Amino acid sequence: MKLDMAIEELHRSENELHGVLLGMSDRHEVDHEVFHVTRTMARWSELHVAELAEAGREFGLELDPRAAGPALWLEKLQQKTSELTGRRSAPGLLLLADLRHLYREAGGTALDWELLAQGAQVAKKKQLLDFAERCHPQTLRVSKWAEAKLKESSPQILAS
Amino acid sequence: MARIDRIAEPWGSRTPYGPGETWPTRVDSYLADGLTEEQIDRWVQSASILHSNGDGLDIAVKDDRIVGVRGRAVDRVNHGRLGPKDLFGWQANNSADRLTRPLIRRDGELVGTDWDTAMDAVVGTVKRLLEEQGPSAIAFYTTGQLFIEDYYTLGLIAHGGIGTNHVDGNTRLCTATAAAALKESFACDGQPGSYTDVDHADVIALYGHNVAETQSVLWTRILDRLAGPNPPKLLCVDPRLTPVARAATVHLAPRPGTNVMLMNALLHEIVRNGWYDRDYVDAHAVGFDALKTQVEKYPPEVAAEVCDVPADQIRAAARLVGTAERLLSTVLQGFYQSHQATAAAVQVNNVHILRGMLGKPGCGLLQMNGQPTAENTRECGADGDLPGFRNWNNDAHIKDLARVWNLEQIQIPHYAPPTHAMQIFRYAEEGSIRFLWIIGTNPLVSLPELRRIRSILGQERLFVVVQDIFATETTEFADVVLPAATWGEKTGTFTNADRTVHLSEKAVEPPGEARPDMDIFLEFARRLGLEDKDGAPLVKWSDPEGAFEGWKECSRGRPCDYTGITYDKLRGGSGIQWPCSEDNPDGTERLYADGAFWADPDHCEEYGRDMVTGAPVAAVEYRAMNPDGKAILKAAEYLPPIELPSEEYPLLLTTGRTLYHFHTRTKTGRAPQLQAAAPEVWVEMAPTDAADRGLGEGDLLEISTPRGRVEARLRISGIRPGVVFLPFHYGYWDAADSGTGRAANELTITAWDPVSKQPLFKTAAAAVRRLARADGVSTPAPTTTASAPVTGSLPPTRGGHDAEAGELLPAGGQA
Repeated sequence: MKLDMAIEELHRSENELHGVLLGMSDRHEVDHEVFHVTRTMARWSELHVAELAEAGREFGLELDPRAAGPALWLEKLQQKTSELTGRRSAPGLLLLADLRHLYREAGGTALDWELLAQGAQVAKKKQLLDFAERCHPQTLRVSKWAEAKLKESSPQILAS
Repeated sequence: MARIDRIAEPWGSRTPYGPGETWPTRVDSYLADGLTEEQIDRWVQSASILHSNGDGLDIAVKDDRIVGVRGRAVDRVNHGRLGPKDLFGWQANNSADRLTRPLIRRDGELVGTDWDTAMDAVVGTVKRLLEEQGPSAIAFYTTGQLFIEDYYTLGLIAHGGIGTNHVDGNTRLCTATAAAALKESFACDGQPGSYTDVDHADVIALYGHNVAETQSVLWTRILDRLAGPNPPKLLCVDPRLTPVARAATVHLAPRPGTNVMLMNALLHEIVRNGWYDRDYVDAHAVGFDALKTQVEKYPPEVAAEVCDVPADQIRAAARLVGTAERLLSTVLQGFYQSHQATAAAVQVNNVHILRGMLGKPGCGLLQMNGQPTAENTRECGADGDLPGFRNWNNDAHIKDLARVWNLEQIQIPHYAPPTHAMQIFRYAEEGSIRFLWIIGTNPLVSLPELRRIRSILGQERLFVVVQDIFATETTEFADVVLPAATWGEKTGTFTNADRTVHLSEKAVEPPGEARPDMDIFLEFARRLGLEDKDGAPLVKWSDPEGAFEGWKECSRGRPCDYTGITYDKLRGGSGIQWPCSEDNPDGTERLYADGAFWADPDHCEEYGRDMVTGAPVAAVEYRAMNPDGKAILKAAEYLPPIELPSEEYPLLLTTGRTLYHFHTRTKTGRAPQLQAAAPEVWVEMAPTDAADRGLGEGDLLEISTPRGRVEARLRISGIRPGVVFLPFHYGYWDAADSGTGRAANELTITAWDPVSKQPLFKTAAAAVRRLARADGVSTPAPTTTASAPVTGSLPPTRGGHDAEAGELLPAGGQA
């Protein structure tokens, strides 16, 4: 039974996704929708991490229930950089790169949830299955947002 | 004919009526200079342009000047009544300070010029930018106050001719969520209900909708029902003690930003008590199980905690809407301009879908508009939608639009949803939009975080054209100013919040060289040399009626079908509700009778969006979810507001409007009776909050947020504790000093609902401190409205002799 490995891996990737979202939020503080929506979605990862730590106990795992984020100084630095470059269009390309990265991160995490759900099913762990089925769609929504935002933002960035 | 001070009595006299009866007629009129009706040269048919209600009226003309107005007794909307803004607002047309000739910036100063020079500068810049960068450099920011003919012409020129995706209006601030919520629930825009639902309803629920002040004649209709036999019960959701709240059976005053929480609790009760129509839901809706699962998590006790509203009041409200036999619901800015705007408004739709209360007398759903012609920006493609409610995400719709416009399909941008206003300003900020044409709106008072907007429009690299009827805070930032004709000076049609189309005829000539908006657009297209795919001129018409006929063709077969309407048909009688075609030549009172929707994947306007992230739903997903085109019960989780009170900013700021003013007061501030009724900005606080801080009525306060500061005198009102209110009407064109401490939007945050893209005006953390004691100075806030004082006795708001308007009641009516 390798469910513990699946949980541990998911805990790692949700933490990573959380960091990617918050980092992206800070880098694009002046793009108000990106700033706020990435923060909202980061909250999903934060809750997932806490619940994964709880779920891991049954399998002898001791996982940190607190999601890792960028250090406060880095957060402030990135926000300030965003404000200072807010009048330039080069950050547009950075946004596209960030969205592409986020799409892949979220897609990977969604697959990890898929894995956990499959494992929970074969092990007949109903509670774990419900948990995975509850969180998986939220992670999918992150990758859908990244794709949609890229589709919406790219024409202007590429045309100007 | 009685004469009533309509500043003191904004809603006039009662004409009580009972359920199912016809609302009695009452003809209101106001003529200037003591004129009588016999002295008028002619009456010219029109409708109101200072709110979204669409009151039918006739313009009185004497010696080729507008001298007054009279309500149209035959009109279905108002049955002769007019509100204070209708009665007095027209005087702004005659103001001596109208813009009468074009202006151009020379050596940093705006100087008078001729049309030729002004249009050369505009067209020259556009041509240069199209060569240098292409259509992505060009943007249009319009209004909710033009006519169908103007919008449709502009939509064609911008989307079809230039091929830019950047066309939106200030309707983004007022009506975007109404459209978005309807698209989420019914996959298509279109107001389901009718004002006549007031005549039949046994419960009227008003969500964030202070109808008494935003649509005073509709409130008059409700007041007349309340005064008659078997009156309806009212539910009011509003943090302020509005006239609606005072009349309500149940008044809920939730903490700003918690509307989704409250709505989910109401739905929780409706589902738990089985107050829904299972047969209707099974036959006509998708998404019930997901909604049920979602709202199970929101019992009244949880909502009571978050919203700070007693749980038993939430239960009482749920019982009211859950057991109503004919439920009318209306929604406005308290939901649209607040946190999770679309998600909250959609839950109101869910109440009606769950209860099967759509398309029947009294079972009305009205997602309201703020502006008089906001509806038309949505229909005609001037506000971030494509004309005729076509779906940007459906190639067949783009192909059809290209056929109507005789263009190649690729010319019409449809790679993404049309750019919304807040994003247009963002693109201007980062420099990829370099030409911005602002029409009939004043973003330097009305957009959030004004310091930022000033810095965007102040950029050298951005060419700004402003088309308006007065010099405003915004014209100060223009490179070219174009003087426009307004209501009464041009002919056209427009549609109110219950789909009633009115004709508004030209009564007098515009002042000086001012020109109708459509003529300006036509001149622009001609000079730009815009052509269709066969090399013929792109725009085929040269007058308003021609534009209307063009629009009718574009609307043919779409939900907003106008093909059965002509100018002649609109002349003389009442306005007509769309859809109106050969099949239903008298128009359509209510949409969605018998559970038939416009949600079929091939027909619908939109596939919907994620309620939290705003990401559009893909066509294939929509087809899988709703193959048969049913109504969509869309669930939403509650999210805490993005800016919460802190130690430094312990209060929540909400902004709003008063009955006597419209927008940034460019018109109402020039109507003496309206201006005198609410002459200066004020701030409202609850008695407990004021007492805690030792503040008194009339004290001069500074209200601050991380974005800026405003000075205003305190009115201790019936607003809920923890919240301060500022009216957003006051800017700087008539300010006593040259500072920037008067406009409420100095304080608001740049953030918007990810679904509707409507900015947040109702949730920002704020602080107050006293600058000076009242010392006998009184607060300039009306006493007749939501800003009524709750402490002491203050002199009531009166208009006096100059505000006396005529009121002609039917024989036997009460006065």
